[in-house]
Amino acid sequence: MNKKSLKLIYNNSLVGPSIFFALLFCIPLVGSNYTLAIFTMIGFYALICIGLTMLTGYAGQISLGHAAFYGIGAYTSAYMTATLGFSPWLAILVGALISALVALLIGIPTFKLKGYYLALATLGFGIIVYTAFKELTSITGGSNGFFGIPSIHLFGFEFVTDQSYFYLIWLFVFMALVFSRNIIHSRIGRGLRSIEGSEIAADAVGVNLMKYKLQIFVTSAIFTSISGSLLAHYVSFINPNLFTANTSIYLLIMVIIGGLNNIWGAIVGSAAYVLLGELLKHFVPVFFPNIGGEFEIVFFGLLLVLTLIYMPNGLVPQFMKIARKLKKKERHASIAFTIDTQATGGKAND
Amino acid sequence: MLKVENLHTYHGHLHVLDGIDFELVEGELLSIVGSNGAGKSTLLGTLAGVYSPSEGKIEYKGIDITKDGVQKTVANGICLVPERRQIFSALSVKDNLMLGAYHRYSRDKKTVHRDYEEIVELFPRLKQMLNRPGGLLSGGEQQMVAIGRGLMANPKVLMLDEPSLGLAPLIVKDIMNILRRLCDERGVTIILVEQNVKAALKVADRACVLAHGKMAISGTAQELLNDPKIQEAYFGKPHTTSKNIMQV
Repeated sequence: MNKKSLKLIYNNSLVGPSIFFALLFCIPLVGSNYTLAIFTMIGFYALICIGLTMLTGYAGQISLGHAAFYGIGAYTSAYMTATLGFSPWLAILVGALISALVALLIGIPTFKLKGYYLALATLGFGIIVYTAFKELTSITGGSNGFFGIPSIHLFGFEFVTDQSYFYLIWLFVFMALVFSRNIIHSRIGRGLRSIEGSEIAADAVGVNLMKYKLQIFVTSAIFTSISGSLLAHYVSFINPNLFTANTSIYLLIMVIIGGLNNIWGAIVGSAAYVLLGELLKHFVPVFFPNIGGEFEIVFFGLLLVLTLIYMPNGLVPQFMKIARKLKKKERHASIAFTIDTQATGGKAND
Repeated sequence: MLKVENLHTYHGHLHVLDGIDFELVEGELLSIVGSNGAGKSTLLGTLAGVYSPSEGKIEYKGIDITKDGVQKTVANGICLVPERRQIFSALSVKDNLMLGAYHRYSRDKKTVHRDYEEIVELFPRLKQMLNRPGGLLSGGEQQMVAIGRGLMANPKVLMLDEPSLGLAPLIVKDIMNILRRLCDERGVTIILVEQNVKAALKVADRACVLAHGKMAISGTAQELLNDPKIQEAYFGKPHTTSKNIMQV
């Protein structure tokens, strides 16, 4: 890693995110409703993956139970707004608080574990919550699902169109990204990176391992819960199948494909997952007309293996590498051109 | 400065430290040697607050720190450089060093930066590689980073767990000389756990042999170097075992 790449990793300027989001916010001006729906879905996943990248990539802790927080946010919003008649904003807030509390209670015993044990414990937690969604039929509607979740209102404006939800979710993604970048570049961020590097060494230099692991787990649970709440209001119908262990695995795949050590990997990984998923839905039935819905997990499983073999750092570092190479080539070409021009007395272009 | 009395530590049912006693003064270098499983690393872990002892007392500058956890122990000025260096391999050398000052960075930025400059001067070899990831350094360089990181905590007591592990003899010599200089020039008290007995005894003021969780032999480093039992056990004569050492 040279000085430039370190600068890219530690670059805390808001220029990059501002340019990215300015361009992104132009999409509704030119895109169709289908395009907007796809980008809105990318936004939902990106919001979760930002938190998960912090947890997995920066703090080195694995979670196979994040679908539970996604579900807690979604069902809290659904129940509070459709059944109890509260404001969606209050419901989103309460969902986030419940998720934070659950994450804290689960995190205290779970983060004493490491590696496979931690993965299995979080997977178990996800399965328990999924079963609760299925069995608590009086609250969640069970397997039949929860219907009639109202849309979000703000100062009399109702978020009903794809366009309005597109702006809403990406605004949350922007805020989450800025917040996470601030954490990464703070003392907490250095602490998290040290935990990821070596827990023994982090402990030896006085980093409070448990405190930071819990803080980041709770933060990622809040992001995930908000995403779940917004999803519930966007689609107006949810059922437990949205929050299975498979969802948790897909979320982790997105984070790994995007790049664990870069917060932008969350957005790139989510985009890759949604766009490839859409392509698969179009092309797979053409070649395999009788195939069931399980082809997705096979495909993404395969993609994960290939990513781990050929791009273990994920897509974003790969893009950065290519960009650096192109820049280097350009610089060499420009130097060669200057030398050539000097040699031919300024007639190189003739 | 540091006083340890009747220290007992268990790992589950295993009685690893069985009544350890010793005392250290400022600027002293104590080498602890012993075979695998003698309890050397557990002793350092207990002093660093990683393991809590079941019995006994650790006193630092007259204050009982037995129940202090790692964070408080580091803040007190007792720092451990763990076994196998444990470098943050993805982070640069500079970041590795700065992380050593983690507990004091926010309230002591100026001093931290001054200490950083001093530590870079202490390890000139690291000067050229401050932006290189820790994982790309050689074993000796990594050990220097690990010691430097420990020093960034501004410790009064620095504990090192097998710093010579897997290093070439010349590098070991360099590192031992640096440790000696730290004691002499900066007044740092050092507890050095080593399997490389010769190297450890050469730089130490005092030394002790740990066997089965007990201090089997202790004295000045010179006394131990000349002790026939030590010579038999560690410098080549094959018939002495740790049992014989226990009988001394």
